[in-house]
Amino acid sequence: MLLIRCPYCEEERPELEFRNAGEAHIARPTNIAAESDDDFEKFFFIRANPKGVIYERWRHIHGCARFFNAVRDTVTDKFVMTYKAGEPKPAKLPGAPK
Amino acid sequence: MAKAAAKTKAAAASASVERRPALAGRTLSAPGVKVEMLPPAERISLRAPQASLAALSKALGVTLPAKPKSSATKDGRTALWLGPDEWMIIDEAGTDPLADCAKVTALHSAVGISHRNVGISVAGPAAAVTVNSGCPQDLSLEAFPVGAASRTILGKSEIVLLRTAADAFRVECWRSFSDYVFTLLSEAAGDAAN
Repeated sequence: MLLIRCPYCEEERPELEFRNAGEAHIARPTNIAAESDDDFEKFFFIRANPKGVIYERWRHIHGCARFFNAVRDTVTDKFVMTYKAGEPKPAKLPGAPK
Repeated sequence: MAKAAAKTKAAAASASVERRPALAGRTLSAPGVKVEMLPPAERISLRAPQASLAALSKALGVTLPAKPKSSATKDGRTALWLGPDEWMIIDEAGTDPLADCAKVTALHSAVGISHRNVGISVAGPAAAVTVNSGCPQDLSLEAFPVGAASRTILGKSEIVLLRTAADAFRVECWRSFSDYVFTLLSEAAGDAAN
C-alpha cells in the first residue's frame, strides 16, 4: 500500500484514505462566457497526461477531507511531494537533478 | 453497570424523542478483546475558523485541539480534531453541546449528529489488532497514542477512531453502517485471538 503525506494532517497516511481529483493548477477562465469553443475545449477536456512527473489534486477524503496538491511520477507511481491547495507549483522538486 | 448508565442517559434524552439506538446492547467477547455497543451520547459536528476557537472552547468547557490526530477530554466531553477547521464533540455526560454552542456569537457551524452516529467500544489486549483488520492506519502506541483521534476507514465504511486507553478504542460510525462495522469487528475479534 502506498503511503501519502497529507500536508494538513502532517503525516503519511495509507492510500485507502485518499482519492484522486484530477490534474492540478488548471485555472478556470475569469470570463468563461467569452471563451471560444477551442479555448473552452482546451480548458475543459484537454489534460497533460505525461509520462513522468505529473501535478495532481488529491483529496484526503477519509481523513481531514481536505484537497491538496501532489507531485507524482506516473512511471514509478511514486509520490515526489505534496503541498497545500492554493500554494504555487514548486519551483524545484526534492531529489531533482540540479 | 453499563445498562444502568444507558438507562439514565436514555431518560435524559427522552425529553424530545424516544431514542432507539442501532444495535443497542450488542456485545461480543472473544479471547483478548471485547466489542460492544456504547450507550447513546450527544454529538455535534463543529466547523469554525481560528478566530472563533477561544469562544467555542470556553462555551464547551473543553479546549478544541489544534494538533492533527489529537483530542481533548474534560468532564465526559471529548473534542476530536477531524480537520483543520472541523471537530467532532462527543458528550457522554448527557448535556447537549449544541445548546452550549448556541450561546456563542462568534462565527461557527454546529450541527447535531447525536442520532447519526453510534459508538462501538473495542477493548482488550488484542484491540489494536482487531481494529487493524479493517483499518490501514498504524495503530502502534508511538504512532497512535492514547487520546489520538482520526477519521479513517474500516473495511468499506468510514469511521472516526479514538484511542481511549492503551488497549481500548472507540469506533464511531454512521448508524446505517453499524451492522457492517460491528460484524466486521466481531469477525476480526475472533481472528485476533489466533
